[in-house]
Amino acid sequence: MSDPTATPTGRTALLDVAKVQKTYTGQGRTVEAVRDLTFSVGNGELVCIVGPSGAGKTTLLKVIAGLLEPTSGTVTLDGTQVTGPPPSMAVVFQEYGRSLFPWMTVEQNVELPLKQKKMAKERRAELVRDALEAVGLAEAHSAYPWQLSGGMQQRVAIARAVAYQPQVLLMDEPFAAVDAQTRADLEDLIRSLWHKLGVTILFVTHDIDESVYLGERVLVLSSSPTVIMEDLTIDLPDERNQLDTRSSPRFAELRHHVYEQIQLAKHRRGGEPAPAGATGASAATTPA
Amino acid sequence: MTATDAPTLDTPDAQAGLVPARRRFTPPSSALGLLGLVGFAVLLEVLPRTGIVSRDYFPPLSAMVTAMVDEVQTAGFWDAMTETLLGWGIGLGISLVAGIALGLLLGSVEVLRRYTASTIEFLRPVPSVALIPLAVLLFGFQLQSTLLLVIYASFWQVLIQVLYGVQDVDPVARETARSYQLGPVARLRYLIWPTALPYVMTGVRLAAAVALILAVTAGLVGVGRGLGAEIAVAQSSGAVPLVYGLVITTGLLGVVINLLARALERRTLSWHSSMRADIGG
Amino acid sequence: MQTVLRWGRSLFVALALPVVLVTLWWVLSAGSTNYYSPPLQTILTTFGEVWFGPRLVDDVLPSVTRLVIGYAGAVVLGVGLGILLGANRTLRRLTEPVLEFFRAIPPPALIPILFLFAGIGDTAKIIVIVFGAIWPVLLNTVEGVRAVDEVLSDTSRSYGVSGWARMRHLVLPSASPQIIAGMRQALSISIILMVISELFGSFNGLGFAIIQFQRSFAIPEMWSGILLLGILGFVMSLLFALFERRSLRWYHGLRRSQRGEK
Repeated sequence: MSDPTATPTGRTALLDVAKVQKTYTGQGRTVEAVRDLTFSVGNGELVCIVGPSGAGKTTLLKVIAGLLEPTSGTVTLDGTQVTGPPPSMAVVFQEYGRSLFPWMTVEQNVELPLKQKKMAKERRAELVRDALEAVGLAEAHSAYPWQLSGGMQQRVAIARAVAYQPQVLLMDEPFAAVDAQTRADLEDLIRSLWHKLGVTILFVTHDIDESVYLGERVLVLSSSPTVIMEDLTIDLPDERNQLDTRSSPRFAELRHHVYEQIQLAKHRRGGEPAPAGATGASAATTPA
Repeated sequence: MTATDAPTLDTPDAQAGLVPARRRFTPPSSALGLLGLVGFAVLLEVLPRTGIVSRDYFPPLSAMVTAMVDEVQTAGFWDAMTETLLGWGIGLGISLVAGIALGLLLGSVEVLRRYTASTIEFLRPVPSVALIPLAVLLFGFQLQSTLLLVIYASFWQVLIQVLYGVQDVDPVARETARSYQLGPVARLRYLIWPTALPYVMTGVRLAAAVALILAVTAGLVGVGRGLGAEIAVAQSSGAVPLVYGLVITTGLLGVVINLLARALERRTLSWHSSMRADIGG
Repeated sequence: MQTVLRWGRSLFVALALPVVLVTLWWVLSAGSTNYYSPPLQTILTTFGEVWFGPRLVDDVLPSVTRLVIGYAGAVVLGVGLGILLGANRTLRRLTEPVLEFFRAIPPPALIPILFLFAGIGDTAKIIVIVFGAIWPVLLNTVEGVRAVDEVLSDTSRSYGVSGWARMRHLVLPSASPQIIAGMRQALSISIILMVISELFGSFNGLGFAIIQFQRSFAIPEMWSGILLLGILGFVMSLLFALFERRSLRWYHGLRRSQRGEK
């Protein structure tokens, strides 16, 4: 479907982030979370944003989602400037336990945003059924979220986003809180949904492996105040799987490269020093 | 929240005291609250003076205060205050001792707890004011009448909270205690009591408030003396400003009791990581 | 067979102590010549005679009607105002101390003042209940509305859940455990105020009847009245427990799963 060697300029831009800056002020001190970010995401692309802890990733994502107003700069979606949450955007948060309505069943959770779109009842039912089937939860429609495991709860949140039929799907470290095996399954689910639906995905993570495995492009962020260190095209084959892709030499090279960039970012920003003797091979997962 | 992720500072807005830059000036809440109180006081003064409400029913605040200033110089007022505080304090004390002792006993002995549950569920919602005629018949206008009402109302608050607290003992901790063969006293002291303490403090706070309600009510309906009786006398003699003054006084008493109970709760539980909400109660 | 046995056993556990207590009361009071504690048998006979006659319509019905209207009024007003104050920070900070003060006033103490305004009729008694019972509902609603989870709130916004839908699907359900806790406190205050308001210059109602019995030394009748008030309190709390279990099923389930008791 998509050309594995697609470059940022190869597609029409759908989402434009221009000179975005975000500053927080509180009792007597000012924190500049995001300094100056400019990038665009092409229609149908899967772009990962990776950066060290405290890099203002969540802030950036909330600004793009229209949940936070940038201090300066603009976000443009499909030619229209984002001033509030746009109707063609869906967000999946990290805290699945807090992003699903505990007083609603799985089905009701997925259906609620569709009701807000004033969709006909039959159409809603169809979308909900398809979305739950797509994430492998067709059986669990009448359960409450808290009756499900963490991974299944996050599937519900993904189903809700899918049923909403967004142009752009924003994901904020969605798998940071699930165990490793579930995480691998969910990563493959995202890849397959992306292939099937042709939706544009912006995926925020702090996991370098995950960003390389999932993305067509990886944007490497510096420590706060945040700028973009590198815009890297991931030239891995389009058909990926956990075993072969992750053990391919090219994957190791790319991961190594991103890891170095992030270490550099830490040094350059004068934040925490990089772990001594880091080679990129072993410590490349969670910078915790 | 997160299972595999170490806590991060990814969201600067989650850091203490930081708000988005647009909201510039918000006055501290205490200043606004004070403003609200002053505004309320002004309203109490102005409404009757402008004749929007009748002064017969609603005298200006200054009249209430004047009546109260005269009242506090009488011995009768302080007798009434003492009587109310005695009824409140003794009643609350008995409820606490009885409620905590019985709660620990019933809570720790499974058989007792199961066989008493339905009886407690039946007796607890019986409104204490139903006992008013009984109190009058038994004790007349003595302090015991007030005590009967105060104790019946506040005892259940304590008992229920203690029962919740004992049930909350962590199963793993319970097993640990058993495997180390802790005796009943040691279990109570090191396992059950620390777990139940936050609930006990919630019970104390709720019981203190309910006890005051009943201590005042007893006087009001002619069961005891105290501030309630003063209000009733002032009302029947048409001293409207004094009625208001006394009601405000009981309100202030309630505020003081509430603040004291909360301070006690905070002091006792300062070691405790999370102050519980009393939703479970 | 197994379930029947289990049912039988829990029924036995529930009824054993009450049956023992009532039997004890019955036996110990059987030959009682004590003026103040007549035999239980007499009390029960009187109960039927007194309350299943005209008094059911003349006294019980007016009391319960006032209770229901007053309580409903307190809940509706409390939740409504609570949402308003919970959603508006400035308004909330402005009014908080005043409201805390009103909550701290023992509600029955307000009766003389409210009767000054509203006379001693039905309306006045209902106002008394509303005015006394509204505070726990109001303040708990404010707390609950304030505490809406930030992530859930962001989720709602990004999916275009706003306005009335936000209130109905996000704010009210998320505040409901707090609101219902407040409603439970309000219920017992309402019953107290129902009785107390009838002790002041009233001409019907449960509280009025019971105090009449006591003053005229109609002791078995007085006991039967106390019994009836007890039953009323119990039935109300039973209904409330059913309501709470229905509306907070999700909350209790959530709490259990958070504590790892799946």
